[in-house]
Amino acid sequence: MEVEQLQRSFIEYTSGLFREGFLDGQFSQLQMLQDETNPDFVFEVVSLFFEDSDRLLHDLSLALDQQNVDFKKIDAHVHQFKGSSSSIGAQRVKTACIAFRSFCEEQNVEGCLGCLQQVKQEYLLVKTKLEALLRLEQQIVAAGGAIPTLNEFS
Amino acid sequence: MGLAAAEAQFHVLAVDDSSIDRKLIEMLLKKTSYHVTTVDSGSKALEFLGWNEGNSDEAFFSPKNNQEVEVNLIITDYCMPGMTGYDLLKKIKESAVLRDIPVVIMSSENVPSRINRCLEEGAEEFFLKPVRLADVNKLKPHIMKTKGKETQNHENQDNDKEIAETEIQSQSQQQQTPQSNPKRKSMDEGLSPDRTRPRYNNGLTVMSN
Repeated sequence: MEVEQLQRSFIEYTSGLFREGFLDGQFSQLQMLQDETNPDFVFEVVSLFFEDSDRLLHDLSLALDQQNVDFKKIDAHVHQFKGSSSSIGAQRVKTACIAFRSFCEEQNVEGCLGCLQQVKQEYLLVKTKLEALLRLEQQIVAAGGAIPTLNEFS
Repeated sequence: MGLAAAEAQFHVLAVDDSSIDRKLIEMLLKKTSYHVTTVDSGSKALEFLGWNEGNSDEAFFSPKNNQEVEVNLIITDYCMPGMTGYDLLKKIKESAVLRDIPVVIMSSENVPSRINRCLEEGAEEFFLKPVRLADVNKLKPHIMKTKGKETQNHENQDNDKEIAETEIQSQSQQQQTPQSNPKRKSMDEGLSPDRTRPRYNNGLTVMSN
């Protein structure tokens, strides 16, 4: 595929993600930080996010499955998840985490279980989209092009 | 070694238990031409700084490395398991050897009492996460306070910083959004209402923009 076509697809796809609220300005910040000396920065941060999130979701499921639910522990996990999603710009995951924390405060198991599903869903959605985005980036670079920089308004 | 001394950059120690945030802060600091070391806990930070538990600072202060560990600024997360950023700040300010190192606290939560507590304990600044380039650009005055004596390196640092700033500005021009503009802070608040920057109107810290 022609470089320009790939770049146009990339811009269209990324703009869509911002528009739909999957990603926010923080993701643009990450893209801006990437340069020739650190060409894999976004990929590396996103990979860390996936690793971290998989672990957190696993730990959360386990914690909510206990006879005596440790809400403090769950809140700590969600706080972490909220932090990492915020740092990467995964807006909808972050929002879901905020809701989760209120149920933790209320010590509401059902509420927490519901939120866990919600967080998981949003995470899997953004994961798919980020993977697609990174693939597009790889294709552009492989075709000899530069990854277009854009902010959340283009 | 002489050449290295002339080009010596400021060394920042970043402390955060989150791998993502460590990666991010490392990149932000590198972009601003700082030499960076990251650790994942307060106790590892103290270890790196050569602080030994259970001994008086003066009697037993041995850096981990053979060379003298010089750290010009410490930036730490507040919420960490075990030793919090506040605990670390306290230990540093209580140490005769370490107390002159400027400390900056980062947190994902905007809790005024927390911010005030840290500032009162001697933190120079409090950054709300996610930390941005504009925040990191504010670190230099705090580093310069304690590095005032090293006027030799001063000019070199300014040149490096200027180069870094030029690079950053040309990137943001591509984006057509002024990102490293000092006015960006107020623009930002208009864009993201959930991210409110703490206001230092308690008179304890003067914000230099």
